[in-house]
Amino acid sequence: MSFDLNLIVESLPLMLAGIGITFKLLLVSGFLGLILAIVLLLMRISGKFYLNWLAQVYIYVFRGTPILVQIFIIYYGLPQFEGVRESIFWSLLREPTGCAILALTLNTGAYVSEILRGGVLSVDKGLLEAGSALGMSARHKFIYITTPLATRISLPAYSNDVISLLKSTALASTITIADMTGIARTIVADTYAPYEIFISLAIIYMIFTLGIQKLFGLIERYLSRYTRRED
Amino acid sequence: MSDNKNNPLIEMIGIDKYFGDFQALKNIDLVVHKGERIVVCGPSGSGKSTLIRCINRLEKHNAGTITIDGIELTDKVEDIDAVRREVGMVFQSFNLFPHMSIVKNLMIAQRLVRKTPKAEAREVAMHYLERVKIPEQAEKYPIQLSGGQQQRVAIARALCMKPKIILFDEPTSALDPEMINEVLDVMVDLAQDGMTMICVTHEMGFARSVADRVIFMDQGEIVEQAKPSEFFENPKNKRTQAFLKQILTH
Repeated sequence: MSFDLNLIVESLPLMLAGIGITFKLLLVSGFLGLILAIVLLLMRISGKFYLNWLAQVYIYVFRGTPILVQIFIIYYGLPQFEGVRESIFWSLLREPTGCAILALTLNTGAYVSEILRGGVLSVDKGLLEAGSALGMSARHKFIYITTPLATRISLPAYSNDVISLLKSTALASTITIADMTGIARTIVADTYAPYEIFISLAIIYMIFTLGIQKLFGLIERYLSRYTRRED
Repeated sequence: MSDNKNNPLIEMIGIDKYFGDFQALKNIDLVVHKGERIVVCGPSGSGKSTLIRCINRLEKHNAGTITIDGIELTDKVEDIDAVRREVGMVFQSFNLFPHMSIVKNLMIAQRLVRKTPKAEAREVAMHYLERVKIPEQAEKYPIQLSGGQQQRVAIARALCMKPKIILFDEPTSALDPEMINEVLDVMVDLAQDGMTMICVTHEMGFARSVADRVIFMDQGEIVEQAKPSEFFENPKNKRTQAFLKQILTH
C-alpha cells in the first residue's frame, strides 16, 4: 500500500474551503442551542410541574435518539407536511444547512440544559440563604449569585459539549452539505484514497478541538480567578 | 414601625416547627425588646438555629405568630422582604459570596435592596470594614482572607444594611481557636453600641459579659431563661445543670 503525501498537500486546501460551513454550523447551532438550553433550564427549575415535565420530556427525546436520525427526520421528514412547506420556516427548512442547524441546535440544547442544571444545583445553599437574609429577591439571587457560580462550575462540561458539537457537524455531510467532511467524501469518491484524505481530515478536526480547548481553558482561568489564594 | 420601648422588636408566640415528622420547635414563646442582647445555648439538635432562622423566615414556622417590629411574618413576600431588611444575619460558615471582592460583598445588597447609589454604597462598605478593622482587605476575594477575617466581613456586610436586629448563628464555631477572639471583640463592640442581638453560641465567656439574658434550649423547647449571673451560678432546671456541667468542665 502506498501513502500519497502529495494528495494530502493537494486536498488540504480543498477541505479547508469547507471550514466556513463547519464554523457556521458550530457557531450558529452552538449559540442557539445555548439559548434553548437556558430556556429549558429555567423550565426545569421553575417550580411549575408542567413546565418541568415538558422540559424533561423534550430532553429525554433528544438525548434518547441518535443525532443522525434527528437530522434525517428533519431533512427528509418535515417537508412531507404541507403545513411545514407553507410556514414561514420553509425558507430555512428547504435548505439542508437550515435543517442541520435546527437538528444540532435541538440536540445540543437538550444536553447543555442538563449541564447547566448540574451547575445550578451545585451552588452552595448557604450563599443563597445569605442573599435571602440580606433581603435579595429570588431573581436577584439567581442573577448575581447562582448564575456566575453555576457558570464556572458548568464550564468544563460545557466545553466538552462544544467539542462534541463540532464533531456532530460532520453529520451534516450526510444531507448533501459541503462542510469539511462533505468535501472530503467527494474527494475520496474521485481519488479512491480514503486513508490520506480522512486522516488529514481527522487532523484538521483535532487542531480545531485543540483551539476550542485552549479557548475554554482561558475562560475557565478567568472565571476561576476568585478561587486562587494568591493573586 | 416604632421604636417605642414598650413594643417588642421580636414577638414569637406559640411557635411550632416541624421537619417532616420531627418537631424542631415546640410551642416557643419569646419576646425581645430593642437593645436586648440574648444568648441562646443548648445541645446540638435542640432547635437553637431553627429558632433564629424562623425570625427572618429562612425557616417557615408551622404554628404560632412571629411579629418583627410590628410586621407579622406570613407568606406575603413583601412582608418577608420588609422583615429581612431590618434583620441582619451572620452564619457559622460565613457565606461570603466567593466571586465578589470583599467590598462588593458589602455593596451588593445595598445596591439591589436599598437602591443605594454606588459611591454611597462603597462609602458605607468602607466605613464598616474600618469598624471591623480590615479596610485594607477591601479589594481581595474572600478566599484570600483568614476565617476570622471572613467572619468579620460577614458582620460588616450585615451592618451595611443598617439592621435593627442581628442574628448570629454560631458565628465562632467554624473558626480556629486563635481567631475566635477577634470576632467576639467585634460582637462585644456592637453590643456596647446598643445593637439588638440574638446570638446562638457556646462562648460562655461572651454570654457572661455581654448577654442581658441567656436562653437554654433542649429538644425544641426553651427550658430556662435568666440573667447570666443567675443562669450560670444558679441554674434551676436539671437539664440546664447537666448541660452547663458538661461544657464548663474543661
